[in-house]
Amino acid sequence: MAETKPIPNEIPHLLVHEDADNVGVVVVEGLTAGTDMLCCITHDNTTFRLTAGADVPIGHKIALEDLSTGDTAIKYGEDIGKVIADIPKGGHVHTHNVKTKRW
Amino acid sequence: MASKYANMTVKAYRRENGRVGVRNHVVILPVDDISNAACEAVANNVKGTLAIPHAYGRLQFGEDLELHFRTMIGTGANPNVAAVVVIGIEPGWTRRIADGIRETGKPVAEFSIEQNGDFETIRAASWKAKEFVHQTTEYQREECNISELWVSTKCGESDTTTGLGSCPTVGNMYDKLLPEGITGFFGETSEITGAEHICQKRAINEEVGARWYKMWQAYQDEVIFAHQTDDLSDSQPTKGNIEGGLTTIEEKALGNLEKIGRTSQYIDILDPAEAPQSGAGLYFMDSSSAAAECVTLMAAGGAVIHTFPTGQGNVVGNPIVPVIKITANPRTVRTMGEHVDVDVSGILRRDMTIDEAGDALIDMIRRTANGRNTAAEALGHREFSMTKLYRSA
Repeated sequence: MAETKPIPNEIPHLLVHEDADNVGVVVVEGLTAGTDMLCCITHDNTTFRLTAGADVPIGHKIALEDLSTGDTAIKYGEDIGKVIADIPKGGHVHTHNVKTKRW
Repeated sequence: MASKYANMTVKAYRRENGRVGVRNHVVILPVDDISNAACEAVANNVKGTLAIPHAYGRLQFGEDLELHFRTMIGTGANPNVAAVVVIGIEPGWTRRIADGIRETGKPVAEFSIEQNGDFETIRAASWKAKEFVHQTTEYQREECNISELWVSTKCGESDTTTGLGSCPTVGNMYDKLLPEGITGFFGETSEITGAEHICQKRAINEEVGARWYKMWQAYQDEVIFAHQTDDLSDSQPTKGNIEGGLTTIEEKALGNLEKIGRTSQYIDILDPAEAPQSGAGLYFMDSSSAAAECVTLMAAGGAVIHTFPTGQGNVVGNPIVPVIKITANPRTVRTMGEHVDVDVSGILRRDMTIDEAGDALIDMIRRTANGRNTAAEALGHREFSMTKLYRSA
């Protein structure tokens, strides 16, 4: 119940579930490449900034660090799949560069 | 100190068997597909009744037939239903379903078409339906504790905002109301795939967790691997999920499981459409992840209110159970606002906490139980979809 509202005047562009995650979710419409994003880790409401590397639709993910082929994408602090093409920090993460390890 | 939810009450209908319903339907229930026309004619003759046409009920056998009976009987037995007229082509299965519903103590009448024809059946059933309308419209709502509600959940057209906002909202509601003694349902067997290791651990004990895992594995072996033509990547995640930003089945499943909150544990596992037998608590129902099928199965299991988180905007409803739509996606609020009952998009803006969102949902459950029509009810969404296990004889 330690939830607070930490950001009085600015709406975040990107939400991250857990500290361990290496991807975050765009939560605003019309995000354009070059935007200086306010990012918030929902687990503890800490914030940081990151520059968007592409136009990314609402709901889609952005890499928080450089990810290389063979790396594991982490969200919710859990393995959500393998990186199948290199993704620069700030780049769009989706089916073109991440795939389930299941099949 | 008692929680602020402990003394929360709703005005609802107490049925003959003690269960609490939030709607007061007189249902005209076809046993089989070929009795739909007679049921719809009766519902047309007698205002205030509701026909529930469906596609099945002939030449089914084995476990598939048992599921058919369970779904039919469970739908009629649901406490949101005050009285039932059952119509089938022949008297045997018609009687079996009517007798099953009759165990609740509610008024039930059955009619069969062979040797009567549609005209005579419709005439006799209409008289009985009219009698039931007069009787049940005099029923009064009475004060009931919120703990007496059976509340189900299933999400649909998920995206990344469901895992961030609308599913944790439902989870927060369960974390608050399950300790007060409500009965909860979650399910969607195929959509747990990717988070099965986490779901197994959310059982109340290892024995229940092991039974859950066995059920999940059987689904993988008997349904997915037996019928797949390629991997599931074209249907899990769905095209809508991918459009919404979900990339893998693991990511989808982890968001889905947010619906059971931080502390809630399931106490038992239900077959499709099976009613809980182990007392108050959270149950996992082995169920399809298709929205209308899943809501139909949980309604047949006895749920009286359904909470439905959506990202991209699933519009599903149910004939007898109010479906409360919750979304955190601001684009869906903007473009599909007529379908949204609880807007939790403030979670994404960080001007609403999960705790506040959970309270907003509890308030909407209370108001819905008191009689507020949901968006799906107002828009006439009455999807009733029976689950079929295999083709008929």
